[in-house]
Amino acid sequence: MDYSTLRRQITFMKKSFFDQGYLDEQFNQLEELQDESSPNFVEEVVALFLKDSPRLLTNIEHTIGKYPQDFHRLDSLVHQLKGSGSSIGAVRMKNECSVFKAHCNDKNLEGCRRSLQRMKREHATLKQKLESYFQLLRQVAPREHAVNSRK
Amino acid sequence: MADASAFPYGLRVLVVDDDPTWLKILEKMLRKCSYEVTTCGLARVALDILRERRNKFDIVISDVNMPDMDGFKLLEHIGLEMDLPVIMMSIDGETSRVMKGVQHGACDYLLKPVRMKELRNIWQHVYRKKMHEVKEIEDHDSCDDLQMLRYGFEGFDEKGLFMTVDSDTTRKRKDVDKDHADQDSDGAAAKKARVVWSVDLHQKFVNAVNQIGFDKVGPKKILDLMNVPGLTRENVASHLQKYRLYLGRLQKQNEERILGAARQDFSNKGPSENLNLRSSFQEQPSNISSGYPHASQKIQGQNSVLDSQLEDTKRTIPLPVSDKCINSASSVAESQNVVGASPLGGVLSFKGLPVNQDRKPSETMNLGCPAWNGGVPSKQFMQYPKHNHARCDLLGDYACLPKPDLEHPIAPGHLFTPPPLISMSCSMELDTRNFSDVKPGLLDCLKSFSPALTCTVDSISAQLSDSVVTSADADRKFSSVEGLPSTNFDQTSNQCALVRSQEPSIICGTEFSSLTEELPLYPLQGVSFENIGLGGIDLFHYNDAMILSGLQSNWYDDQDQFASETIDYPLMDGCLFA
Repeated sequence: MDYSTLRRQITFMKKSFFDQGYLDEQFNQLEELQDESSPNFVEEVVALFLKDSPRLLTNIEHTIGKYPQDFHRLDSLVHQLKGSGSSIGAVRMKNECSVFKAHCNDKNLEGCRRSLQRMKREHATLKQKLESYFQLLRQVAPREHAVNSRK
Repeated sequence: MADASAFPYGLRVLVVDDDPTWLKILEKMLRKCSYEVTTCGLARVALDILRERRNKFDIVISDVNMPDMDGFKLLEHIGLEMDLPVIMMSIDGETSRVMKGVQHGACDYLLKPVRMKELRNIWQHVYRKKMHEVKEIEDHDSCDDLQMLRYGFEGFDEKGLFMTVDSDTTRKRKDVDKDHADQDSDGAAAKKARVVWSVDLHQKFVNAVNQIGFDKVGPKKILDLMNVPGLTRENVASHLQKYRLYLGRLQKQNEERILGAARQDFSNKGPSENLNLRSSFQEQPSNISSGYPHASQKIQGQNSVLDSQLEDTKRTIPLPVSDKCINSASSVAESQNVVGASPLGGVLSFKGLPVNQDRKPSETMNLGCPAWNGGVPSKQFMQYPKHNHARCDLLGDYACLPKPDLEHPIAPGHLFTPPPLISMSCSMELDTRNFSDVKPGLLDCLKSFSPALTCTVDSISAQLSDSVVTSADADRKFSSVEGLPSTNFDQTSNQCALVRSQEPSIICGTEFSSLTEELPLYPLQGVSFENIGLGGIDLFHYNDAMILSGLQSNWYDDQDQFASETIDYPLMDGCLFA
């Protein structure tokens, strides 16, 4: 794939993230933070999130199993995940967290369980999309430099 | 980029968040604002960092929900111990949560996702606090303080304070800058009077509150009674609020303590008093409040007061005494340990406090008062003139001390009487007021004192003031002091006097700007314990340990119950010498 095609693909992909509600404005903010001193900032942050969030999901799952009636604890765990998701602009995950919290409020364990399953799916989808995205980005990056140096 | 030392460039921020992703993002954002960032993933670690390097940070940003410690608790601790502005963050913007943040003392509450422009403006909280300090100093004291503060503030006002990094904030900043410039252009007087709640001022405040009746106080009434030129109703209102919070905390602690304390046996002890004191000190949870009010016999482990208090989120006393402080006293601190090292994270290392056996004027404590990076020397030396028994003139100073609130006898379970001695224990300097150097630092220190401390101190001072006055007459009865158990001061009158005088001295001591909050009373500082007979040395030890040390030593004179009272102050020490 040539460079311009790659770039187009990247742009399109990113746009779809927003259109389909996977990411929000926060992602743009991250991109704005990226600069010479941290040229891969966005990728690093996303990687950090993808690395840390499974732990949170596991915690939630364990808690549901071990302390099924401890909604306060569950709420607190989901709150963490929600906050984490907000860091990269993971809208769908954030929303699902809100749903989960509502179930906690209602002390609806079954609702929580279902919500958790959805969250895991959202997480997996987001992870896959973002990883592809950054893969593409990496492909154009070296060329970027090359292009710039020619200017 | 402009001069790095120009405010707010280089603002030293501590970010606390258990989420690694946010921590990374915030760090990046703050760096982009040209701030100096330190990140921390655990609240407890953050507290340790702050305690160790209290004066190395200007502001703290913390998440509300953290696994190891509730963000609000951390907030309280920081406010009390270090008196740094704290900004809370959360993804949850519910009004009740935000309100809770404000109630616990947060100077701002940001919603996640946090934006750059919000972070760019956080310097205002730091500046505002400094302004308050300056004001108090101006109000209260002489030019010395003012000069010191001014000097400290110089960076703020005169240089290019407001560096604008991006256009939208530029305009805002410029305007502000201009305003400040205009104000400052007037010179010394330009600075708005910032109220520094020094010990004296706080005493007046407490006095006024007592006079009016704690239940009926209102800022206006207090202001009128205090009759301090330049003091505004707003100053009083905010101070009153802090005082109330402080008292509330103390009360709770006291109530718990009283039960235990009441049973303490404060018999006089001989040379071993010191030991007693120490131990008692340690046992007693630092309930500063309780220590004091229960004056009566609670000397119990006052030490613990500091420690325990510090540890406890309720401890108001956290005195983040910088390491530099108190390093002079060696022996004293050792035994004591409590005070300095503990909760405050060892900041207060009062260890070094020399025990003065002989009346030497001035034990100096190296107080590492945190200083705004404006140039105020971080190390402040407080000279604690030994209280010279002969120096009855000191007593005269105490006249200004608020009288103990008779309506609120220090009985178990009672909160200290309102009249806080604000003390910044730094006041120990009776004779040599070297505060000019120290002041700025002290102010900082003071700020860090939690109200609780101040309260305790106050109460103590209040009590002491009472006694002090009487002591002049060689009246050793402390019974006059409210709530204080009537100790048998038959021991040397000197001692008695000492005790008493100490108190006031402490109170009258320097102005501690931080008194605004619950400054812990550092009564002990400077109090010369020479008078203390046997206990002299002992007392002295306690001196550093506790802010109250001054008090303590006094107390130990008789080895009485009062000892416990002083114990309460240890916390204060921490505070003072942040």
